[in-house]
Amino acid sequence: MLTYTIRRLILSVPTLLFISLVIYLLLELAPGDPMAQVPLTVPPDVKEKMREALGVGQPWYIAFPKWLYQFFVVEPMYFADAIFGTNWSEGQQRVISWQTRSPVMDIVIQRIPQTLWVVGVAYIVAILIALPIGIYSAYRQYSWFDNAGTFVTMVGFSVPPFFSGVLVIVVFSVWLGWFPSIYDTTHKVIDWASFKVQLQQMIMPVMVLALQITSQLSRFMRASMLDNLNQDYVRTARAKGLSEKTVVLIHVLRNSLIPVVTVIALGIPAIFGGAIITEQVFKVNGIGQLLITAIQANDLPMVQTLTFIFAVLIVLFNLIADILYGILDPRIRYD
Amino acid sequence: MTETPLSMEEIAPAAPPRSQWADVWDQFKSHRGAMVGAYIFVFIVLMVVVGPWVYWNDPKIVPTGRDFLTLRDTRPIYTVLWEPGAKVNWLYPLGTDNLGRDMLGRLLTGGRVSLAVGMAAMILSVVLGTVIGVLAGYFKALDGILMRLTDLFLALPLLPLLLVAVLLFRDRLSGAFGPEGGTFILIVTLVGVTSWMQTARIVRGDVLALKEREFVLAARSIGTRPLTMITRHLLPNVMSPIMVSATLGIATAIITESALSFLGFGFPPDFPTWGKLLFDAVDRMELYPERVLWPGMMISLTVLSVNYVGDGLRDALDPRIRGR
Repeated sequence: MLTYTIRRLILSVPTLLFISLVIYLLLELAPGDPMAQVPLTVPPDVKEKMREALGVGQPWYIAFPKWLYQFFVVEPMYFADAIFGTNWSEGQQRVISWQTRSPVMDIVIQRIPQTLWVVGVAYIVAILIALPIGIYSAYRQYSWFDNAGTFVTMVGFSVPPFFSGVLVIVVFSVWLGWFPSIYDTTHKVIDWASFKVQLQQMIMPVMVLALQITSQLSRFMRASMLDNLNQDYVRTARAKGLSEKTVVLIHVLRNSLIPVVTVIALGIPAIFGGAIITEQVFKVNGIGQLLITAIQANDLPMVQTLTFIFAVLIVLFNLIADILYGILDPRIRYD
Repeated sequence: MTETPLSMEEIAPAAPPRSQWADVWDQFKSHRGAMVGAYIFVFIVLMVVVGPWVYWNDPKIVPTGRDFLTLRDTRPIYTVLWEPGAKVNWLYPLGTDNLGRDMLGRLLTGGRVSLAVGMAAMILSVVLGTVIGVLAGYFKALDGILMRLTDLFLALPLLPLLLVAVLLFRDRLSGAFGPEGGTFILIVTLVGVTSWMQTARIVRGDVLALKEREFVLAARSIGTRPLTMITRHLLPNVMSPIMVSATLGIATAIITESALSFLGFGFPPDFPTWGKLLFDAVDRMELYPERVLWPGMMISLTVLSVNYVGDGLRDALDPRIRGR
């Protein structure tokens, strides 16, 4: 298991390097100039110097390794400096956003909490709802609960978040006026009243995201339970005289959860992608919204860094899912 | 005890032999959700294809002068039911937008674009996936590299890259093929190129299993060439997973196109698609919720019906479930 993990970790390095190169070369084609917003009164030679300072116009075989060095060496050094108070990174150039002329990672770190709050809570809520629905649907297959559950999950699966989001805004914030339609990220939780406000503004984005995740997860949970319920060991367990609760909730559930856990792990990076749309609908200024504004403003270092972070998350959680599968299911052996 | 010899009638099968597709159709018919889904999908397709010819208002006309004032921002006719003073016009069943363009007409032409994008992207992605899957499964030399490629594509953050790619190539393709044709080609290509991986994986797995079967060995022993082997013997046997992923592919393609339009990275402003209509209406949804609801309903209904058809098709094509 350990050798497998190490081998996969080593293998993921060239994959990630290649992905970052692909992203870089794609962005290299982008039209647009970071100096487009600079006033016309700035003389051309000064503009040229500013371009040089931002590293624009260098050939890719110089600029790309430079970005790699900045991302993998300089940024962690800054991070260490911030935590341990060292000064390794003095005088080192960081990845600079063209939009704000400040380090990209600083902005990313400012935006992460908002995304994590909304997406993380939605994911937990979705898991808590999806698992019981999936289990009961499978246990009472073709009952009215199962049929209704299948229909609802199918609807949740089919309604895109940019419609369900708008729909809940129309219903709950325009017609009923219960919740605010815009997520206020400057809101601070200091006491009970402000916590309630925070809860109110979180309900709608969480609901939209959770609906989507719940439908995928509960469909998966149901299928996995159904696969296991007809197995011989279930009959054996019943024949031994175990109670129905033990059979379903201990024997069957534990076996059915194995693939579901890996799906949960695999879904985490995809959620950041899905959250791009939800963040846009509810104006949550998280990472997804940052990416959209960066793309619209032609802020290439920012786009490069963010897409690369997404790629790292995908590769990482793929690895985690595979390892979890191996740990949870002793029948799987990676040799 | 003597056995009475069976007469000819008793040996003969009771019913004439049935083709595989008749069985599939029978099983499909018994899946109620799939049948309803199929009806709804066919209805939407017919409505969108025939509708603009039959319907009396031209969605592109922007009224001017006095007409502009009387025709802009009319509400759907059913609004009268709860709001007697609402501004409605019986010639415009779903009302008009803030420029006085007819909403129902825009919904119908927008549907044409959305469905066309969905179908074209699905075809591209299924063809790509099938070719790559068959090549990887059949030719051992290609397997490693093609599957690494598939893994690589699966590891790419697709939505961000789609957004970047639209921004990069939109202007160039618009110059070459006109703003509408260029965006159409761009979006179809992008969606197709980023969604073939699942099909490729499934097809490869099936081809790998089929390759070991006796009929393939028999075909090879009479000197069948690889191309014939693939088209005559392998492809017909992997048709069912391909069909299922094709159906579900339409749904994904429609959602991706709408998401791109919704984020403002889709078709040019005066060219309606369902996603675009939804996006345009969001700013004024407090006053005119119907402009958000109708396109959103159309997207959701289409995707829902397609998903149900895909579900039914998967059951119908699985011989283990058939007949239960």
